[in-house]
Amino acid sequence: MKLDARIPDGPIEEKWDRHKFEMKLVNPANKRKYDIIVVGSGLAGGAAAATLAELGYNVACFCYQDSPRRAHSIAAQGGINAAKNYQNDGDSVFRLFYDTVKGGDFRSREANVFRLAQESVNIIDQCVAMGVPFAREYGGYLANRSFGGAQVSRTFYARGQTGQQLLLGVYAALSRQIAAGNVAMFRRTEMLDLVTVEGRAAGIVTRNLITGKVESFSAHSVVLATGGYGNAFFLSTNAMGCNVTAAYRAYKKGAGFANPCYTQIHPTCIPVSGDYQSKLTLMSESLRNDGRVWVPKNKEDTGKDPSDIPDEKRDYYLERKYPSFGNLAPRDISSRSAKEVCDEGRGVGPGGLGVYLDFRDAIERLGRDAIEQRYGNLFDMYYRITGDDPYRTPMRIYPAVHYTMGGLWVDYNLESTIPGLFVAGEANFSDHGANRLGASALMQGLADGYFVLPYTMGNYLASARPEKVSTDHPEFKKAEADVAGRVDKLLSINGKRTVDSFHRELGKILWDDCGMARSEDSLKRALTRIPELREEFWENVRVPGENDTFNQSLEKAGRVVDFLEFGELMVRDALARDESCGGHFRVDHQTEDGEAKRDDENFAHAAVWEHKGDGEEPVRHQEELVFENVKLATRSYK
Amino acid sequence: MNLTLYVWRQKNRDAPGEMVRYPAEDINPDASFLEMLDVVNERLIEKGEEPISFDSDCREGICGTCSMVINGQAHGPIPGVTVCQLHMRYFEDGSTIYIEPWRAKPFPVIRDLVVDRAALDEVIAAGGYVTANCGSAPEANSLPVSKENADRSFDAATCIGCGACVAACPNGSAMLFTAAKLAHLHELPQGQAERQRRTKNMVDAMDLAGFGNCTNHYECEAACPKQISVDTIARMNREYLRARWSYRDEG
Repeated sequence: MKLDARIPDGPIEEKWDRHKFEMKLVNPANKRKYDIIVVGSGLAGGAAAATLAELGYNVACFCYQDSPRRAHSIAAQGGINAAKNYQNDGDSVFRLFYDTVKGGDFRSREANVFRLAQESVNIIDQCVAMGVPFAREYGGYLANRSFGGAQVSRTFYARGQTGQQLLLGVYAALSRQIAAGNVAMFRRTEMLDLVTVEGRAAGIVTRNLITGKVESFSAHSVVLATGGYGNAFFLSTNAMGCNVTAAYRAYKKGAGFANPCYTQIHPTCIPVSGDYQSKLTLMSESLRNDGRVWVPKNKEDTGKDPSDIPDEKRDYYLERKYPSFGNLAPRDISSRSAKEVCDEGRGVGPGGLGVYLDFRDAIERLGRDAIEQRYGNLFDMYYRITGDDPYRTPMRIYPAVHYTMGGLWVDYNLESTIPGLFVAGEANFSDHGANRLGASALMQGLADGYFVLPYTMGNYLASARPEKVSTDHPEFKKAEADVAGRVDKLLSINGKRTVDSFHRELGKILWDDCGMARSEDSLKRALTRIPELREEFWENVRVPGENDTFNQSLEKAGRVVDFLEFGELMVRDALARDESCGGHFRVDHQTEDGEAKRDDENFAHAAVWEHKGDGEEPVRHQEELVFENVKLATRSYK
Repeated sequence: MNLTLYVWRQKNRDAPGEMVRYPAEDINPDASFLEMLDVVNERLIEKGEEPISFDSDCREGICGTCSMVINGQAHGPIPGVTVCQLHMRYFEDGSTIYIEPWRAKPFPVIRDLVVDRAALDEVIAAGGYVTANCGSAPEANSLPVSKENADRSFDAATCIGCGACVAACPNGSAMLFTAAKLAHLHELPQGQAERQRRTKNMVDAMDLAGFGNCTNHYECEAACPKQISVDTIARMNREYLRARWSYRDEG
């Protein structure tokens, strides 16, 4: 596997502009001769589909949901970063770039991150022009707030529903192109395989979730914008349907998978309350602007009513350990600190797996109205789920799997190791290193979809001049037969256990052994447990119903099949990365005060896995990361 | 807690459907309504029966996927809540619960509680956007928007497109859905250029898709999980009248 990142020459500030000029263009009359498949309709996929269609390409867009407006980008709460410096507080493109590289614990690719910071300002302009109702000041100008890992206020927001408003903007642009006949939209249609012909991406095989029909689609190029793999853990903040299938199938067809062990555990989620739990709910990190995180100083106080615990008996541990960032320390650090205090027996709530997020002081200082204005919908949501009123009693929170920084490897053009296969948004690996900063996922999704792919796609089509392959080609027929065979097999096992019970068990293995803290022992244990579970799945799973009807058990089963294989890759990657960095914390590599200890000499690279066939060990390749503009340093938020 | 469920079962769009009784025993009151159904489904699968199909995705009340009528009310008894955010502690132990799909002519049943809501997408495609190609945008702060306008716009823009308004309306009307999108865009300066064209096209698309008309029942507002106000419908009607009089399509 050849890993050429194709980073343009020149100083970092000039790379993208220069590249944009040097890339080839497709003339307007020729654009309509090209067909492009976009899988996923979230911020990255929806924006790419709409923008490519605006340019004149023929686009086919696929989503498993019943409408493109439901992609999981919609659930992002807090905001979107942009280096506008509207607050005059010293922000700049370089600072956003620097914060992102540092926040990612120096495991991302400089050139990509710089481009992301550059495009961030255009995203805000574009979204405002499309009618996204961002929060505003009385003077009519855009409002900002601060977020973890930054000392400037650069986050644009729409109450606690920023992802929703940005996605509805994307959906509006996409709807306009659907109405204009430039995008063919396939709803409730799931991609189940990628087809390559002579080493190039030639199309996809899908299953219609209503009729069960397995069908092929061919195109000149394919974009995957299918999100992350957090649901490998069963319990995560992802939507129920989020899955790794499209990305994993591409991996099995030859796309390199980078850094699968990088998962982000978000510090502020509502704790697990019982074994019926189907997912975890995030409480936006923006709450840490005004909420103070604490646990009792003494174990004996953990059962007490929090209002009976006086200040001197509270440990505001983030403020104590990280005085300059306080409650706004980055996500990985905040999550680990919460785990630490709970491991010490100072956690609160059922099972001692929770810490307080307290708004008492903010309500005293600013008044209840101001807090309601900022976080009203989040407080309501918390109340509905837990039955506790956060205006009166502190919230209880605990870390949960939220985002995955790893993904399919892409070069500077967002092209994977398979020519003609592009990957955007959370599905790729490029911008967040080993830890993503808050309010940067929306930024990356939209940058990829609105401002990067529309350029780099033209360059690919104009220089490679790919031929469209007929869906009668044997490779398509073979992939269709594989998909149909897998479906038949799942339906015929008729064992004793449900799909969910396997998924839940896999999630528990990954959370226990490859979660917030990982060790060589735990990872090796997982490497034996996962194959055993997979074996049992193929013997003992029960998938009721048929293929040719709407069958949700069958949908889930297909996704769990891929999680059961992918989970192993994740663990393998975590074992091979014999250092701690960002969200990947190996207990055997920590500083004296318990911080992640990187090994830059041996691990300043992206690990890229190559599939070698079922039952064969995958091969690990490396893309060395070169830091010319940011000095490698130990992250300090003290 | 122990419950008795009556659930609408229908194999596909053309098959006849019926209410089927299921006991739901030993349910944790902290579970959400959908998690209660998950538990029931796991037990059905273990018994060799087919689970109840229902739509859900984010389970945080924002994606708009979940959709069911509980005891005659779209999204159930608690105001301002989607069914995924409804928790079992709001039900009494021993109660009987009737669960049905959204029922409206433009929403054919796909299976059990799952319906096809593509008609809502068609209404948006008719004009629920600002025609602004990517790359054409001016500097974001060059056009101030008063906070009051921005807030009103946002209130309407919170619509999650779940279709509860349609399901709750005796006429199967999508007026609240359509009016919310118009109010979102018309409170902003960006939405002005296409104001009349948008209004006319979206209202026409709504009629074409087979949604009914508004006869002021206000059931839509009561069912709306985002509590969008029926005032938006009054504004839409005024706007539509104006558009009919003064807007001339080039064709």
